[in-house]
Amino acid sequence: MVDFDVVDLPDSDHPEAGDTAPDFTRPLVGPEYWEDVALSELTDEGPVLLVFHPMDGAFPATYVWNNLRDHGVVDRVTTVGVSISSPYEHKTLLAERGIEDSVCLYSDPAAGVADGYGIENPLDGMTGVTEHRPAVFLLDEDRTVEYAWVASEWPDFPDYEEVADAVEEHA
Amino acid sequence: MTVDEPAITLYRLQACPFCERVVHVLDELDIAYESRFVEPMHSDRNVVKRISGKRTVPAIVDDETGVTMSESANIVDYLRDTYGDGSGAAEGGAA
Repeated sequence: MVDFDVVDLPDSDHPEAGDTAPDFTRPLVGPEYWEDVALSELTDEGPVLLVFHPMDGAFPATYVWNNLRDHGVVDRVTTVGVSISSPYEHKTLLAERGIEDSVCLYSDPAAGVADGYGIENPLDGMTGVTEHRPAVFLLDEDRTVEYAWVASEWPDFPDYEEVADAVEEHA
Repeated sequence: MTVDEPAITLYRLQACPFCERVVHVLDELDIAYESRFVEPMHSDRNVVKRISGKRTVPAIVDDETGVTMSESANIVDYLRDTYGDGSGAAEGGAA
């Protein structure tokens, strides 16, 4: 499918279907403000699609959100993203992708959440910068993982049909 | 994490000295609060306008007392009167 070289990423020890996803608290950016919100506060209200993506402005971030939007996923389940970008950049991404009414984004500049999920991605050529490996988790009300996808190559993208099917089935 | 939501919500702008002044007093009086950071662009602060009638920060909402308030000097007086030890700077008189 791709005609350029992709890099294999090392195996990751991420939560699998049936595992409980780690809880975390970070600033969650919505259309009007950001505030500290625990993931468990969101899952307490129902299933949550948790999307880890490269820093805002990188083309994979743009593609992932365009596709999740166009597949109607973000309108069917509470959807939150996580990247190392600042709240200010998140505001821009939400507006530019036209998803400010359906998606909120966690800001995790030090990628501490990536550590908890076993999906750290130290960036080649950007010394000292670690971000989140692209990953998608569908969580139920107890943060039990219903569906998990984690990039095994760089770059790598989720199978949006598969994500949509998982949301259809579980959320 | 099943911590009860603090009664006080502080709408603030990052690095705004007037907001920091309120934070200082909240901390001094050991009052739990939740921070909501808003836009630097005044015209984009519709959420603050909705709750307080103005777009200025800081603004607080106190669910305990039902009070919503802007202007750091007013907020500081209110916090000291309501949660202080009674020796607040403002004249008392409020029940």
